Amino acid sequence: MAQVKKMKLSLAANPYFWQKQKYFDFYHDIASTNIDIIYLGETVCSKRREMKFEDWLDIASHLSSKGKQVVLSTMTLIEAASEFKYMNKICSQQDFLVEANDMAAVYLLSENRLPFVVGSAVNLYNLTSFNRFKNLGMKRWVVPVELGKDDLNSLTSDVSTDEIEIEYQVFGRMPLAYSARCFTARHHRLAKDDCQFKCLDYEQGIHVKTQEGDTFAQINGIQTQSSKVTNLLSQLSELAEKKVSVARISPVGYEDTINVINQFSDQIKGDSDESVCHQLKGLKNDYLFCNGYWNQIEGMNFVE
Amino acid sequence: MELVCPAGNYQSLIKAVDNGANAVYIGLKNETNARHFAGLNFSEDDIKKAIDYAHQHKCKVYCAINTYPRQTKWERWAYSVDSAIGLGIDTLIVADIGVMDYIRNKHSEFPIHLSVQASATNLGALKFYHREFQIRRAVLPRVLSLRQVEYLAKNAPLEIEVFGFGSLCIMAEGRCYLSSYMTGESPNTQGVCSPAAYVKWEDKGSILESRLNNLLIDRFTEDETAGYPTLCKGRFEVEGKVEHALEEPTSLNTMGILPELKKAGVAAIKVEGRQRSPAYIASVTKQWRKAIDDVAIRQQRVDPKQIEQLAEFAEGAQTTIGAYERSWQ
Repeated sequence: MAQVKKMKLSLAANPYFWQKQKYFDFYHDIASTNIDIIYLGETVCSKRREMKFEDWLDIASHLSSKGKQVVLSTMTLIEAASEFKYMNKICSQQDFLVEANDMAAVYLLSENRLPFVVGSAVNLYNLTSFNRFKNLGMKRWVVPVELGKDDLNSLTSDVSTDEIEIEYQVFGRMPLAYSARCFTARHHRLAKDDCQFKCLDYEQGIHVKTQEGDTFAQINGIQTQSSKVTNLLSQLSELAEKKVSVARISPVGYEDTINVINQFSDQIKGDSDESVCHQLKGLKNDYLFCNGYWNQIEGMNFVE
Repeated sequence: MELVCPAGNYQSLIKAVDNGANAVYIGLKNETNARHFAGLNFSEDDIKKAIDYAHQHKCKVYCAINTYPRQTKWERWAYSVDSAIGLGIDTLIVADIGVMDYIRNKHSEFPIHLSVQASATNLGALKFYHREFQIRRAVLPRVLSLRQVEYLAKNAPLEIEVFGFGSLCIMAEGRCYLSSYMTGESPNTQGVCSPAAYVKWEDKGSILESRLNNLLIDRFTEDETAGYPTLCKGRFEVEGKVEHALEEPTSLNTMGILPELKKAGVAAIKVEGRQRSPAYIASVTKQWRKAIDDVAIRQQRVDPKQIEQLAEFAEGAQTTIGAYERSWQ
């Protein structure tokens, strides 16, 4: 448990689209949890403009003043010139670390000689790539969702985690795909250019089931997520053994996210016994859990 | 404008060469390429023969080593790179920066094309690969509009290749893990999407069901054409409605906007379909050769009748120019 105790807890950028006030309230409440690192920004769709760049900076400064490390996240799929310009703004500031979610951000940050986090949507699968990113300024690596413990074992055995932190998602729906098309708009028979911001109506995206009622995916604008929620609460020691030093929680619903942060924090700080506590308690929504990717099998499965 | 055609075996390569391809792209018989299907692709002997035949006819041969090696399997990718270069391949099509690093450590000038699997959708990403690995050409993802393609072709420090025809992947390629979420095998790591080994067809009388790793992907009545259960193309239930939640089976066909692509300075048109038959490769290559010559040499638009004819070869009932056309998005 000693290694687990050193583990930091992070909150990924909120993948969903909420009203401006709700973001402010949410991060205000997050500030009083034990979370160590908070990723901020819109990573999915550039049409979601409830929050201006300055709004994110306001929240960032507040969290920073509460002792949290703030990281600004860039968009994942950058196509339009306006999206590129916005990303450039993030990659040019020096107050906060940046999570690069596209190679374009890696390009700009390395041009600017700034350190960065390599996000999970940037494909880093092997040691040669790892070293290349390290030479460009990578300080932390968020592992792609489809890699698991054996992949990490072979990759991180020669890596000094003093220099580079390894971050792995331990809770939340996983980002599985990005498209030019908006599936939320499509579901409402709307064109993407006239989407009427339907994403605002769904706090956690839209659930997609098979025709037999099995859970399949979660659509969230142009992003497709896993409908099942990763839960590695009882694998934290295993993560630490593979040199994972940051445990990532991806936001779900407002209250549940805070509740989950507290329970993971208790587990890490050693207030609960890992062998006893396998289950997250008192969540408002029903979540189906999975941990297949960590166990090197299909991501949707859950291994006891 | 170069015509780049697919070949899943030696016979298809001959058809592509004979019907006017400027370059043919192939893959090795392993998971180092994104069409790692049973019975498909080239042994080292096949590659030797293929290069001989193509070069005699002034056609180039490109080899796709465009998946992402997990560290545990790195050696297979390194071996494949060495083998393809040793056999005399003209260009490698690559997505992983580790593989590019490996190639550059051995050969400072060997031509590298950036695979669509690298998902370089903007100028910054293209500049990154150019700065780091001096890549010669990039294949653009099928998520961009015509205007965006024009902008990149004009401003990027390298050649641009775009998809002209074939199956339409609606997700940003190289960034889709849906297949490994459901089956453990993905395009990135195994070179497969919705792999056949996990597919099950169930005939329930008047209904035919397709499954992937036991999950129901689609149900077809007798008057419907049952398509392969690629997971993003199935019908699912969303808020009580059964619909193609992500995509209907359609194909890409950009023949109608060929003059615009030519004018934008696009260097090459790529035809998708290494999994297709030699007869398909022959017909599609022939039609595209004529279309490109119409536009580039005869400076005329492609006859709409020819575009219609081509549509008959397409997967699904309809063709589209996909994301090139904003309304599709």
